[in-house]
Amino acid sequence: MTTIFGYPLVVWMGQLLLGLINGSFYAMLSLGLAVIFGLLRVINFAHGAMYMLGAFVALLMATYLGLNYWVALFVAPLVVALGGAIVERTMLSRLYKLDHLYGLLFTFGLALLIEGTFRYLFGASGQPYPVPAALSGGVNLGFMFLPIYRGWVIIASLIACLAVWLLIEKTKLGSYLRASTENPVLVQSFGVNVPLLLTLTYALGAGLAGLAGVLAAPIYQVSPLMGTNIIIIVFAVVVVGGMGSILGAIITGYMLGIAEGLTKVIYPEASNIVIFVIMAIVLILRPAGLFGKDA
Amino acid sequence: MSGATHTPAAAQTTTFGNAGALRIVMMVVILGLLLAAPFFLYPIFVMKLLCFALFAAAFNLLLGYTGFLSFGHATFFGGASYFTAYTVKEWGVSPEIGILIGVVGAAALGLVMGLIAIRRQGIYFAMITLALSQMFFFYCVQSGWTKGEDGIQSVPRGHLFGLIDLSNTTNMYYFVLAVFLIGVAIIYRFVNSPFGMILKSIRENEQRTVSLGYAVDRYKLGAFVMSAALAGLAGGLKSLVFGFATLTDVTWQMSGEVILMTLLGGIGTMIGPVVGAGIIVTLQNELATSDFPVTIITGLVFMACVLLFRRGLVGEFYASRLGRKLGFRPEQ
Repeated sequence: MTTIFGYPLVVWMGQLLLGLINGSFYAMLSLGLAVIFGLLRVINFAHGAMYMLGAFVALLMATYLGLNYWVALFVAPLVVALGGAIVERTMLSRLYKLDHLYGLLFTFGLALLIEGTFRYLFGASGQPYPVPAALSGGVNLGFMFLPIYRGWVIIASLIACLAVWLLIEKTKLGSYLRASTENPVLVQSFGVNVPLLLTLTYALGAGLAGLAGVLAAPIYQVSPLMGTNIIIIVFAVVVVGGMGSILGAIITGYMLGIAEGLTKVIYPEASNIVIFVIMAIVLILRPAGLFGKDA
Repeated sequence: MSGATHTPAAAQTTTFGNAGALRIVMMVVILGLLLAAPFFLYPIFVMKLLCFALFAAAFNLLLGYTGFLSFGHATFFGGASYFTAYTVKEWGVSPEIGILIGVVGAAALGLVMGLIAIRRQGIYFAMITLALSQMFFFYCVQSGWTKGEDGIQSVPRGHLFGLIDLSNTTNMYYFVLAVFLIGVAIIYRFVNSPFGMILKSIRENEQRTVSLGYAVDRYKLGAFVMSAALAGLAGGLKSLVFGFATLTDVTWQMSGEVILMTLLGGIGTMIGPVVGAGIIVTLQNELATSDFPVTIITGLVFMACVLLFRRGLVGEFYASRLGRKLGFRPEQ
């Protein structure tokens, strides 16, 4: 059996796969955070709660309406995006002219409210969500066994990230978005409805978090606490990547997911903290982050 | 967190007249109430309240007077409670030495976290402190001496200076009150010292402070370590009051709680954090017996504070017509 640094290849590949899956979620969530921050200058603390909401909407749709995974995959992100749009329109939009920290504090409160409510209604323990029939089972790749659903998650998240990147970099709507990031007043004076653009952006970020939640539901248990555990890691990812670039957020997400997975092989005890350690090192060597433009 | 309410530095000198007199009367009344509290309130509850009030005041030292929002203060509060609990229980040191070790430990943690975090500002600072604090949380979960999920249990209160038996609740109460008052006095002195003035000037205009020749990073780090040490004082004290140190005190929820206490009471006011801590601790006490999660209330209060009264209860009172008539100015 092939070994690398004394560990069998199968172990490396298994953890690499796990790392890639975690990285997929980090990438989607940090992408959403970066998109929202780019335009709204708000760090969306409720991003983890929205990820949890996505998973819960899928679960509730399956339990009460009998709707399957594929319907949930489209509907749940829309529901979360709509919720995000309402929050942005009614409350968050009042905070733009203030210090950015208020946006962080507001969304922190929102996250507590959403999570507390779900814990009250559904209890703190996780509930399983079945893997859709079409994606169950696995394939033997020769060097390892790959469950099909996990492969699907990696591909789906890559597609979602790529789609958002194309939307922002290559479409007319994206050019408005990028222009508003640079100078919202000027863009508004050209007749673009910037407040609407802000709402759409927040909804887009929220929807992306919701989509990540639906994708995560069959892998992890659906629990009210699933969001907070991941959001702090995603914050570290965002600090490492720097929020200057969309592509940077995606790449850093996958990279750190893989780094976390590989640490599990060498020194499992440190796998929880490796991302934070990387963050500290990056901050010391390059305070603006790997892809950051602002110091 | 600089709002639009800042008064120029010249106006920051002490006010005499109505507000000054009123403040002294208020202080005497509060002190009298605190001295008498154990006779008509459950002493453990008041001690818990005092610990959190000191914690919030220490946190406010950083947020209110330098404008840095730390999302990782649970590390200092909970870290110190572990240090104190461990040394008192395992090494058998006396309570005052145990608390001192907690303070020094928290200051050391603050130095490390501060050195990394002050490289970025604003939102990034908040996220970095949160991430580092989460790292400390995982360390506490896994390392042996903190006893993982159980925490360090049945910590003896011991004898203060080897003489006064602190297992007596009344003795313990007055010890806690004394430490609280000393802590608040240190914060007051610190904020009104030349050092504190430089911190305010950094908050108002950092470039200008640099151009005046101040090494702003050192002042920021100094404020961060000071805030961490005082949070540690509160944490060490709390572990002796309850006789245990657990993971609860190092979680990010605890960091969020202290932000809420400060925000609710009034950022940048001396008594705001104390008022905020009083309300939140009372609320938790009331809801402790029901199965209704406190986080729902906490979340709602957070959102309401940010949307409706950003100055906090005390700050809004100072800024209100009545407050102004009495001679208070917002942000004092």
